[in-house]
Amino acid sequence: MSDSQVVTGNEVVVHDAAEGAHHEHLPYQRHHFETYAQQSDATNFAMWLFLLTEIMFFGGLFTAYLIYRNWYYPAFVVASHQLDVVWGTLNTLVLIISSFTMAMGVWCAETRRRRGLVISLSLTFILGLAFLGIKSIEWGEKIEKHHVPGFHYSLQTFLDPASDPKVHKEYPKDQPLRLDMARHTEIYFFLYFAMTGMHALHMVIGVGILVFMIVRARAGAYTTGHVTFVENFGLYWHFVDIIWIYLFALLYLISRHP
Amino acid sequence: MSSSTIVSLPDQSTARVPKMNFISKENGLLSWLLTGDHKRIAILYLVSITFFFFIGGALAGLIRLELLTPQSDLMATDTYNKVFTMHGIIMIFFFLVPSVPATLGNFFIPMMIGAKDLALPKINLLSWYLYIAAGILALYSMMTGGVDTGWTFTTPLSTHYLNTNVVSTGLAIFIAGFSSIFTGLNFIVTIHKMRCPGMTWFRMPLFVWAHYAASILMVLGTPVVAIALVLVVLERVAGIGVFDPTKGGDPLLFQHLFWFYSHPAVYIMILPGMGVISETISTFSRKRVFGYTAVAFSSVAIAVFGFFVWAHHMFIMGISNYSMLVFSLLTMLVAVPSAIKIFNWAFTLYKGSITFETPMLYTFGFMGLFTIGGLTGVFLGTSGTDIHLTETYFIVAHFHFVMVGGMLMAFLAGIHFWWPKMTGRMYPEKISQFAAVVTFIGFNFTFFPQFILGTLGMPRRYASYPPEFQILNVFSTAGATILGVGYLLPLLYLTWSLKYGEIAGENPWQATGLEWQTQSPPLTENFPAIPIMDHEAYDYEWLEGQKEKVASVG
Amino acid sequence: MHISSVLWQFLVKWLTNFALYPPEASKIAPQFDALYFFMILVSLIGLTVVILLVTSFSIMYSKKRHPVAVQIEGSTMLEATWTIIPLGLFLVMFVWGALIYFRVYTPPANAMNIYVVGKQWMWKAEHPGGQHEINSLHIPTGRAIQLTLISQDVFHSFSIPAFRVKREAIPGRYTTVWFEATTPGTYHLFCTQYCGTDHSHMIGDIVVMTPEDYKKWLQSSTSGASLAQNGERLFASLSCAACHNTRPDARGPNLANVYGAKLTLANGQATLADEAYIREAILNPSQHNIEGYAPIMPTYQGQISEDGVFALVEYIKSLNSDYRVQQTTTTTTLLPESEGKTTPAGQKPAGQGMVKQ
Repeated sequence: MSDSQVVTGNEVVVHDAAEGAHHEHLPYQRHHFETYAQQSDATNFAMWLFLLTEIMFFGGLFTAYLIYRNWYYPAFVVASHQLDVVWGTLNTLVLIISSFTMAMGVWCAETRRRRGLVISLSLTFILGLAFLGIKSIEWGEKIEKHHVPGFHYSLQTFLDPASDPKVHKEYPKDQPLRLDMARHTEIYFFLYFAMTGMHALHMVIGVGILVFMIVRARAGAYTTGHVTFVENFGLYWHFVDIIWIYLFALLYLISRHP
Repeated sequence: MSSSTIVSLPDQSTARVPKMNFISKENGLLSWLLTGDHKRIAILYLVSITFFFFIGGALAGLIRLELLTPQSDLMATDTYNKVFTMHGIIMIFFFLVPSVPATLGNFFIPMMIGAKDLALPKINLLSWYLYIAAGILALYSMMTGGVDTGWTFTTPLSTHYLNTNVVSTGLAIFIAGFSSIFTGLNFIVTIHKMRCPGMTWFRMPLFVWAHYAASILMVLGTPVVAIALVLVVLERVAGIGVFDPTKGGDPLLFQHLFWFYSHPAVYIMILPGMGVISETISTFSRKRVFGYTAVAFSSVAIAVFGFFVWAHHMFIMGISNYSMLVFSLLTMLVAVPSAIKIFNWAFTLYKGSITFETPMLYTFGFMGLFTIGGLTGVFLGTSGTDIHLTETYFIVAHFHFVMVGGMLMAFLAGIHFWWPKMTGRMYPEKISQFAAVVTFIGFNFTFFPQFILGTLGMPRRYASYPPEFQILNVFSTAGATILGVGYLLPLLYLTWSLKYGEIAGENPWQATGLEWQTQSPPLTENFPAIPIMDHEAYDYEWLEGQKEKVASVG
Repeated sequence: MHISSVLWQFLVKWLTNFALYPPEASKIAPQFDALYFFMILVSLIGLTVVILLVTSFSIMYSKKRHPVAVQIEGSTMLEATWTIIPLGLFLVMFVWGALIYFRVYTPPANAMNIYVVGKQWMWKAEHPGGQHEINSLHIPTGRAIQLTLISQDVFHSFSIPAFRVKREAIPGRYTTVWFEATTPGTYHLFCTQYCGTDHSHMIGDIVVMTPEDYKKWLQSSTSGASLAQNGERLFASLSCAACHNTRPDARGPNLANVYGAKLTLANGQATLADEAYIREAILNPSQHNIEGYAPIMPTYQGQISEDGVFALVEYIKSLNSDYRVQQTTTTTTLLPESEGKTTPAGQKPAGQGMVKQ
């Protein structure tokens, strides 16, 4: 990435100070940039920086996860077995495919394929909705079972695994936890809801922006050379996908071996 | 004009503020509220932070009034707790953090590097709206019952034992945090990508370096306090147990997450001020800053080291002795770059040609007071002395010396220094020098006794105290009154100068920065033509050659 | 010429009260003060250097005197000087301070332990002899005293400026600090961690007495039962002896001599059985399964207050001498087996009063 413009003496860009003078630049180039390349470079860099802040934001939750899992491992194992690995894997696949469709969208924008772009974005949108749908099913199950941390949290399934036949069949070896360790399952579920919730919030924002993008893409806004918006959104979408992959591994796959 | 000043103004009988400038370009409220112009956004910020400063200052006045007597007799202790909490929150998040970056940084970083605007003007405006939204929410919290957690939101007090507006205040700070993140993000992208031809990294003014370092801290540190506050809100609202020992949570986790940001936050607050000092000390000595490279790198060093010292706020909280060793050692390391800067600035005076206009007076005040504040920080970073001094008025004195004696003085230096550039008019010199001296005297009277109080053991956040501490408290309150006068005066005379100040012209200080080579106030696009940087920073010899060249649109 | 009596009173008050630092009443205080004054000296010198530089340069190179500035790039030598000297001084302070810190937070083995629980908004001290104090602490001179602190609710901080010690009282874990008082007198006790409404009223007195006076005080303020004896009663009422007894088929480890021993946990880790461990084992037994025993101990969280835990810890500490082992066996027969049954929390034996001196 070029950081500064080399002075050769031949490339001085002069703009007329007088009002109304027409500048030699593309219609989608903002006025404070000298060239479109500079604009593209700058906005791309800005998006990477923003993703860095997002990593720091999630970082706090990951830190909490690391500490509490280290302290309360038996509780985390038993609590994690409450999660349905099938839904989780499905969601992971959904997101990975959506990342693929998003990458296709970026390629379409770069190669000026308007229809292809609209299709790719729409597929990404549908897959995003599918993810959120599956997540809400999962959350619904947790709410029913009183595994939402807080005032209605129930320890029963952890004190007496036999009271939950479905999970008990899958993990017959899970011992009942004693009361003090059972209380720590609430920490696991708080992390589950906070991390997947924060992630879902980012998904919702992404899906919302996708709607906006599909409308604009149909009007041809991104297939005339102005691809940075799609590229930068692609970065965001991939980031959200990667976060999910970590969440899946950390939350769903604790001690799942037979 | 006597020869003991460098001010060089145009002939007042014929001079006018240039007709076409960023203020006159468009009229109407919407043109300001929907602007993308970094200069207009800077002015919006300036008005907003001044408003919050005086609210925070009024709260400080209430604190000092209560502390005139040993008993808690002016207000209920609950009210006192709310007053000092709100004072801290408003001063830190709504004044100090945005003060120099969002006003002077916003206004001058693009100009100093020869750009037309920041890289992301819409994000810049969004930053301001987030700040305003956060401010409104914080004021709402304050007026509908207040919050009394202390600005540090210590759990489990804030999560389980208070029934005040913790959630709304936490959310307000969360939103203000994003305002800060976006400002920092904007600055980093701008400094990397928008420098004019010839503007290499080491030709940039040190003001820009300082903001670059502060922006790294803003961008990497603020999200962590954001998540910490989210967790506090969730804990209060839903009882999730993250900081609740009975459920296995650890209240010390909050301390780590909170201080991981809040220590870098103090460097976010001071670095831009240090940037201002570099500019003023150079201009009023007519000399390049001594050891430019050292000062530039020390800014970045403070930013990097600043991330690794947070647990020095937790020395007595049960961290292990070995953690203490690591954090105390790193704290000693982070103190060194600040010392380097002070000496570099002092030696900038050597063989210079020094004048004592108001910005320079504030600069000298900064150097003395920041030195004291910084040295007392070493007292606190040394673990053995920290045991006795922490959580007392020694800490209060320490951070007020660096933040008020340091940062606020630097802010005022910057405001006075760039006032002619932003408004086209000079402030009245004599009364402003008087105000600077009054501020300095008032400050010392207010906060120096607090070092002694802290050593004697008076704890902080106390509404009542043992009677033997009264005399020092009375001194402190007396000083605060003087300090208040010192801060009110600029508000008055700067406003006055908008109409009646002398016309400043392009470069009243004969300074070297790119921002001084164009009209005052600047054009919306800053420069009639994109400048080409063909000289070093603080190149006074180049300036001599430029003296005849003035390009302004009239 | 006479000064009015009001002014005179003010002057006297000023002079006698105008101490710049608190009295030195502990063994560590002079060591602290030595470092503190060294730091003040260094700071004064540093500040003087900066002020001298700035003032003299301002005079010598004012515009009137020195109209043309000389452009100087810098000087690596000077940069090195003012980097290395401050760094060196700071490192000296670091090492010196670290030594003091280690000293303050590493209690000697023979320290007498007093338990302190902080709660909104008072301090409760429990002496091993069973004396209880609220917002005060009586201690003898010439004896190392360790405080084991915990909070019942939020963070508090136990601060004795005259001793130069301070320690946070944290909910959920013990913290310790120790000191040895040197001068009889009454000194301030402050809570220095903001803890809510009456934070500024969570203050008290540290009463330092000569050893003879201290003995007298102990005798006059005893509540009839020592802390360990209270712990023994609690031990019985909670049916701990159902598992923790001397029978060969006992379900739980014998607690005789367990305090201070190195234990092996079920996961192979070794751990030291100090006060914090014993508290954790009572409240969070799932994380402290001992090798060789089935992991069946129930938690007593919510059933005992922190005061009660102090009593139990003190009792278990007292089991390090043989005759108490017999006591444990006898109390086994006091109550029927009732594992897991809730007993009224923190039941204190009759005759126990809160005595404030």
